[in-house]
Amino acid sequence: MKIDKTYEGSFHIVGGDFSHAGEASTELKTILLSAGVEDEFVRRVAIATFEAEMNIMIYATAGILRYTISPEEIRIIAEDMGPGIENIELAMQEGYSTAPDWVREMGWGAGMGLPNMKKNADTFRIDSVVGEGTKVEMIIRR
Amino acid sequence: MRLKEIIRLLDAVVITNSRDSEAEIEWACATDLMSDVLYYSRGNSVLITGLAKQQAIRTSDIADIKVVVFTRGKEPDTQTIELSRKKKITLLITPYSMFTACGKLYEKGLRCCPE
Amino acid sequence: MKLKEITEILSLRPLTPAVGLEREVSGAYVGDLLSDVMANAGEGNLWITLQTHVNIVAVAVFKNLSAIVIVNGRMPDSDTMDKAVSEDIPILLTGKSAFETAGKLYQILNAQNLQG
Repeated sequence: MKIDKTYEGSFHIVGGDFSHAGEASTELKTILLSAGVEDEFVRRVAIATFEAEMNIMIYATAGILRYTISPEEIRIIAEDMGPGIENIELAMQEGYSTAPDWVREMGWGAGMGLPNMKKNADTFRIDSVVGEGTKVEMIIRR
Repeated sequence: MRLKEIIRLLDAVVITNSRDSEAEIEWACATDLMSDVLYYSRGNSVLITGLAKQQAIRTSDIADIKVVVFTRGKEPDTQTIELSRKKKITLLITPYSMFTACGKLYEKGLRCCPE
Repeated sequence: MKLKEITEILSLRPLTPAVGLEREVSGAYVGDLLSDVMANAGEGNLWITLQTHVNIVAVAVFKNLSAIVIVNGRMPDSDTMDKAVSEDIPILLTGKSAFETAGKLYQILNAQNLQG
């Protein structure tokens, strides 16, 4: 499969469901690898998506991860029904986290999720409304 | 550093392995926090971690890490072993602590992933 | 080996200058899961971690650790700093990774043991 047109898809993610953590990003990675795109691009997409997926799993009740693959880039939108982020600037700081202890004991919640998404994406946008949810939009170019 | 050298230096038990023991592993990363694996690691490296859980394998697969070492002799559950087999990740268990494991590999020239 | 010597050799930056470095380091432990450190770190150990959360100080007090070294240039917030000062736990910073910090310290401590 070569990328000669636009492909779209989505994954539903349920909050708190750690046993399935990472499955959406793994599947997306498999799709991209089978399309024959460069490893380094796949790695960036997989990492950014994995972090978005984990954030939904850790903080939200549920969420949806949508992707659009085109020949030049991939666009990922992660939208959740969650508590929202009070201070986005603070949340973007490396090491800042509001994760509870049990999440930290699972190896997550050390405040690197959003910085990691930003690091791997060419365009990164985050909007959040407290009490409603958070939307992250990322574009990663080849 | 060759995989067989890592196994020897760490007195490691091989749980799953689908690669040649002569395979060259370029870098090392030692952490229990998965976002840090994703942030700092490079492909073709070894992850040394105390998080003997599926999460460590899943994260390594995403980050193209080929070899995972669980420290302090921690035995993973069957799902973790199954996942590492499926993802073709070499899974090792060392009796050493993370500190000692890092020390032994660093001493013989392995270095951490450059930023 | 004295914490002060290790601080100099590894070029660690003391974040809590009010807390003295004239203490003995018995060995080291690397870990980011607090429960793991609680269960397995030894008394007098130098703790190498990425965690910056205020709870790290409580763990260090409980386990009687000699110091906390925070790696990868991570900076704890003022809560953690204040708690460390009030509990007399030195916090040291480095821009290096846990792997490299542990690797170097392992060699230093080993050389010391051979001499001693």
